[in-house]
Amino acid sequence: MARMMTGAEIVLEALAEQGVEDIFGYPGGAVLPIYDEIFKQNRVRHVLVRHEQGAAHAAEGYARSTGKVGVLLVTSGPGATNAVTGLTDALMDSIPLVCITGQVATQLIGSDAFQECDTVGITRPCTKHNYLVRDVNDLARILHEAFYVARSGRPGPVVIDIPKDVQFAKGSYLGANRIVHKTYRPQIKGNATAIRDAVDMIAGAKRPVFYTGGGVINSGPAASKLLREFVELTGYPITSTLMGLGAFPADDQKWLGMLGMHGTYEANLAMNQCDLMVNIGARFDDRITGRLDAFSPDSRKIHIDIDPSSINKTVKVDLPIIGDCAHVLEEMIRVWRARAPQADSAALKKWWAQIDTWRGRKSLQYKNRDDVIMPQYAIQRLYELTRDKDVYITTEVGQHQMWAAQYFGFKDPNRWMTSGGLGTMGYGIPAAIGVQAAHPQSLVIDIAGEASALMTIQELSTAVQHRLPVKIFILNNEYMGMVRQWQELLHDGRYSHSYSHSLPDFVKLAEAYHCVGLRAEKPAELDGMIREMIECPHPVVFDCRVHKLANCFPMIPSGAAHSEMLLAEDFEDDDIDYTVSDEGKAMV
Amino acid sequence: MTQNQNSIAQHTLAVLVDNEPGVLARVIGLFSGRGYNIDSLTVSETMHEKHLSRITIATTGSPMVIEQIRNQLERLVPVHGVTDLTVEGNPIARELALVKVVGKGDKRVESLRLAEAFRAQVVDASTEHFIFEITGRVSKIEQFITLMEPLGLAEVARTGIAAIERGPEAM
Repeated sequence: MARMMTGAEIVLEALAEQGVEDIFGYPGGAVLPIYDEIFKQNRVRHVLVRHEQGAAHAAEGYARSTGKVGVLLVTSGPGATNAVTGLTDALMDSIPLVCITGQVATQLIGSDAFQECDTVGITRPCTKHNYLVRDVNDLARILHEAFYVARSGRPGPVVIDIPKDVQFAKGSYLGANRIVHKTYRPQIKGNATAIRDAVDMIAGAKRPVFYTGGGVINSGPAASKLLREFVELTGYPITSTLMGLGAFPADDQKWLGMLGMHGTYEANLAMNQCDLMVNIGARFDDRITGRLDAFSPDSRKIHIDIDPSSINKTVKVDLPIIGDCAHVLEEMIRVWRARAPQADSAALKKWWAQIDTWRGRKSLQYKNRDDVIMPQYAIQRLYELTRDKDVYITTEVGQHQMWAAQYFGFKDPNRWMTSGGLGTMGYGIPAAIGVQAAHPQSLVIDIAGEASALMTIQELSTAVQHRLPVKIFILNNEYMGMVRQWQELLHDGRYSHSYSHSLPDFVKLAEAYHCVGLRAEKPAELDGMIREMIECPHPVVFDCRVHKLANCFPMIPSGAAHSEMLLAEDFEDDDIDYTVSDEGKAMV
Repeated sequence: MTQNQNSIAQHTLAVLVDNEPGVLARVIGLFSGRGYNIDSLTVSETMHEKHLSRITIATTGSPMVIEQIRNQLERLVPVHGVTDLTVEGNPIARELALVKVVGKGDKRVESLRLAEAFRAQVVDASTEHFIFEITGRVSKIEQFITLMEPLGLAEVARTGIAAIERGPEAM
């Protein structure tokens, strides 16, 4: 016998049944019945954000650091539209979210009612799926389905739009175990023949490289373990996208560093010169491939991905395997062990020697200074001083993000939360709040730029209210650094609107929000201040004044190939003299 | 990609979807959002008890783009399945058109004679006009319309293609 409940009760019951402990949200007229139910219970904790975009990013941080579905609750109209950036971010980076939006009452839909918007219309292209609930008797099914869709296959955000009258109406509650989705059955296991063929190709490679991505993280901790095991078995070099950092330990000898636009010389050259590329859970993003017609011209390519639409989207591959990374890796390891293939050790030795030559270029080297903090140095110190700690890193978007990816060594999955696909400035503070909510005892640091941090700075108030002691480590160069770098490269140094006049005093700003503010201006004081930040039990805003004109190298300019990297050593400090083709200029 | 650009071709896709609100918007939004062409689109519920609709889409692209379109369509949650009828073989594809021709005298007689030759039926008439109903391949309909043009063609309504795979197998 189905239990009868109001729509609002059904929402809370379904959340509890799905194991949701924390949700991020902001109340408003069209969600008041649900907020009333939140008030009456204590199974689900609600974290009150200061802007709905913050709710979405916090839910993303929560999801990325736990592997669970992140949940946000917002009102109709502006509540829903404010969440759109976070939803799009989650879609691009394949993060499982369930976003519950209030809607005006059913009979008012379409009448331009107060705080009405076409939420399902607006969010259709920026969600994996969305629902408008017209009948309270569909609500429980839709809620459980939404969680299933969000976390299954290639994860993504799902919106459930619930009109206010449906929240009040009484209907029957169905448990999650009674819901089976009609159509959505992503393929999890890889094709056995393809896996055997892949093992043969891998065993016979002379210049192989593993190229891994966020799919390995999304597949769960088992996938990272299996990846390590397989790399160990083969002894092959491995690189990863921005999204995949942490799946393989950065201190391992086989690790080449991140690849792509700001990847290491050895990673990009290995991609360029390899004869076999094994793509595990990555999607040949334009930030990775550079100019497509010059991308890894002489390699055969294996592509393991759970999403068939990622296969042959931009790069034609020789052997696609559709399936979940962990399942496919497990099967590959089994086949490899059973066959115990003899790899071409002479060729591999030569390949490693070549890689060592590339490593010798030391592409991450920079000129350190005594008088001013170099941003790279700040990240290195932050890394060294937090190495033995239980630490999670989020970032904003820009130069600091790339420096964090380059100089912070990640050892484990789910420790690195960054906006990769959409490149959302303002992601880091709310994401850190979401991570801290899930891991109250851990050290959570947002490596930020001052421009990005200001986009969602109001969330400091959320951190204080909910006693979430996040650390906002701002590399403050007073510029939108990456914009400035591109203007230097593409527009002859005409820094159109990339300098922020009238920045706030971040220490005073921290204090105004009841956080702790710290500032470091000289390299000599950096370590002491970082220690102070780490030991502080409260939210901290750290204003790290860095060299204003530092550029992020290495760099593959837009429209260029992997073999046309720019290295720091090629340039005098603060002076990039390089001509980008007109075609390249047009690319983002 | 470059090697495929010479082989741009039209494909007819049959897409079986749940007949739920917004499903057509999802399909169309995918095409416009990702810059694919729609040459023709037809949709109607085909299995009432299961609430399933069939969308028939004619689209143009290189083999790589067509594969993408198919995979992107299959990724949509309410989509049950996608069949590329062009790849499966030469499908039966038919369209219906209603053609209004206005005129008098010889032209009027000529239009009626051509309609008979094309097996078009007169579904409405006055002393000044005919409305012909014509069914067939797209090329036949195109040809009929072209012939009607100098004879007083006033208006055309077309359904778009309905297509089905040959042989006993069902989708």
